[in-house]
Amino acid sequence: MAVTCVVAVFLLLPSLIVIPASLSSSPFLEFPPPGWSLKWYESFFSGTNWTSALLRSIQVAVMVTVLSVMLGTAAALGLARWRGNGSSIASGIMSMPLIVPVIIYAIGAFGMFSQTELYGGLAGLALAQTALALPFVIINVSGPLARFDRNQEKAARSLGATSLRSFLDVVLPHILPGVLAGALFAFLVSFNEVILAMFLTTPATQTLPVQMWSSIRLDINPTIAAAATLLVLVSSGVMLLSILLTKEEA
Amino acid sequence: MLEGPGQERQPAWLGIRKLRKTYGDVTAVDDVDIDVARGEFVTLLGESGSGKTTTLMMVAGFESATSGHVMLDGTDITTVPAHKRGLGVVFQGYALFPHMTVAENVAYPLRMRRVKKSEQQRLVGDALSQVHLGDYGDRFPRQLSGGQQQRVALARALVFNPPLLLMDEPLGALDRKLRQSMQREIRSLHRESGATILFVTHDQDEALDLSDRIAVMRNGKIVQFGSPEEIYDRPNCLFVASFIGETNIMPARAEGAGLAGGLMSVRMEDGSIAQTTAAEQVPAGAQVSIVIRPEKLTIRQVQSTEPPDGGGTSVTVVDCTFLGSDVRYLTHTADGHELVIRQPAGRMPIGIGETLHVNWEGSDALAFHE
Repeated sequence: MAVTCVVAVFLLLPSLIVIPASLSSSPFLEFPPPGWSLKWYESFFSGTNWTSALLRSIQVAVMVTVLSVMLGTAAALGLARWRGNGSSIASGIMSMPLIVPVIIYAIGAFGMFSQTELYGGLAGLALAQTALALPFVIINVSGPLARFDRNQEKAARSLGATSLRSFLDVVLPHILPGVLAGALFAFLVSFNEVILAMFLTTPATQTLPVQMWSSIRLDINPTIAAAATLLVLVSSGVMLLSILLTKEEA
Repeated sequence: MLEGPGQERQPAWLGIRKLRKTYGDVTAVDDVDIDVARGEFVTLLGESGSGKTTTLMMVAGFESATSGHVMLDGTDITTVPAHKRGLGVVFQGYALFPHMTVAENVAYPLRMRRVKKSEQQRLVGDALSQVHLGDYGDRFPRQLSGGQQQRVALARALVFNPPLLLMDEPLGALDRKLRQSMQREIRSLHRESGATILFVTHDQDEALDLSDRIAVMRNGKIVQFGSPEEIYDRPNCLFVASFIGETNIMPARAEGAGLAGGLMSVRMEDGSIAQTTAAEQVPAGAQVSIVIRPEKLTIRQVQSTEPPDGGGTSVTVVDCTFLGSDVRYLTHTADGHELVIRQPAGRMPIGIGETLHVNWEGSDALAFHE
C-alpha cells in the first residue's frame, strides 16, 4: 500500500505541480509560488495566440475522433469477420503506429504532405494523427466484438433487416461502450500529440501543445502552466469518462 | 404426415436440389436433395461436420450455394438475400437481442415489415401467449430462464407467419428434462400452427421424437431419408443402423445368396445358423454384418451345460442396468462378442453370470454385405 502510494505520487507529481504553478502571482515559473493569483488564466484566455491554439486543437481532435471512429470500427468489424489467416497480418499493420517511433512517421508525413495542399492545414494534421489514433479505436471495439454472438446479427437479417439495419439495431448497441471508449482515446491522442503537430503545422496553424513548446523556448511565464493545467484537466476528464463507460460495460 | 411407399406425395413446398457447398478443396455439402411438403417436420440429423448446419444456412441465405438450388413454393430463392427470404430462423443459443425487451424482440420482424403499431401489439401478444409467456413482455432476455428464452426465440420466428421455420440445434443448450418438455412444446406448436419446419440436430432421440421424416447426413451427403420408423427399423446401411439408437452388430457368413429384402440363412461365428433379412444383394458365402436391435432379441434362461437347440446363440450376462421400464443386459457370446439385450422390466430375475439362450425373428435382423 505504501509502495503504491509512493509510485502514484512519483507518477503524478510532475503533472500536478503545474497546478499550483499556474496559480502563482510571480511572473516567473517558481515553486512554491510566493502568492496566489488567477492572472495567468486571464492571460491565457485573453491572448489570442493561446485561445486560437486551443480552438485549433479541439477542431483537429474532433476531426481525428470522427475519422478514426468510423475507420477503426469498420476495421475492427472487418478483422472480426476475416476468415483467412491474413487477419493477423492486417491487424499487425494497423497497430504499426503504436510501435514505430512517431518521429519517423512524422518525418515521412512531412515529406509527403509538404508537396501537397495538406501541409500546414488542420485537415492534413488530422489525417496524420488519425493513423496514430486508429489502433486505439480498433482495440477498444475488437473487445466487445469478440464477445458478440454473431447469430444475433443473422437473426436480425432473417427477421427482415438489411445488413445496415442489423448493424445499427443489433451490433452497434453491443459495441457502443467500446466505440465510445475508442473515441475518447482518439480525442486524447490528438489533443495531446505534439510531434506530428510540430512537423505539419505552420505558426499560423499551431495547436496548443505546439504553442506551449514554442512559448517555453521564447517567453517563459506561468501562462504555460495555466495551459498545461487545462490540458491535464481535459485529459483527466476524458479518462474518467472512459473509465465510467468501461465499468458500465463490465 | 406419414405416407406409405408408392403413395403420391404432394408437390414439394421446400425443394433442395443438388445443393453443394465447397470451401477450397473441402466439400461441406455434397449434392443434397431434400423435398419438404407443406406442414411437414423434417430433420437433418448428423454428427458435427456432417454438413447439416451448412445446408440449413444455405436455405436461410447466410451461406451461398456453390451450386444447386433452393426452391420455395415453386420459386427459386437460391440467390435471394437472407433478409428478403422471409423465413423464420431459431438459432443455437437463441440469439435474442439483449438490449430489447421480450416484446420488442418479438415485435422486431413486424417493425421491419412496417406493420402498424396497434397491429404489432396484437400480434406480439398472441405470439407470446401461444408460447405461454403472455406476462413476460416487459422483461429483458437475461431475466428469463433458458427454456423461456427459447420460447421467446420461437415466438419471434413465428410472429410474422413465415412460410418455413428453420431450427438449428435449438435445444442443445438445455438440460435433459427441459429439453423433453421443449420437444413437447415444439410438437404441439407444429401441430397448432401447421408450420413447415426444417430442423437440425445431432441428437437422434430428438430427431425420432419430433420428425415426420429424417434425413441422416454424413460427410456432406444424405445417407438415408425417411420416416423415423423406416430409419429405425430399416436402416439402409451400417452407419445409419449404428448411429440411430442402440444396436448390435455381429459378424456372420452368408449360407446362400440373399436378395435385397429377402430372408437368408447365415452362419454365426459360433457355428450356429440364424435367419436374417438381407438388406441388400448378398452373394453366397459373403462376409456380412448382422444388425439387430436389443429389444428384438428374445431370451430363455438355460443351464450352461445345456447345448443350444434349434438355432440361436448362448451368451453370458456380464452386466445389467435397470432403466425403469426396461432392463438392459450386457452379455458376451462364447466367442467374445458383446451383445446388448433389452427386456421389459419385471419379467424374470436374471443375475450376472447366468447363461441365456438368445433368439430372434429373421425379419428383425438385417444383414449388410461388407
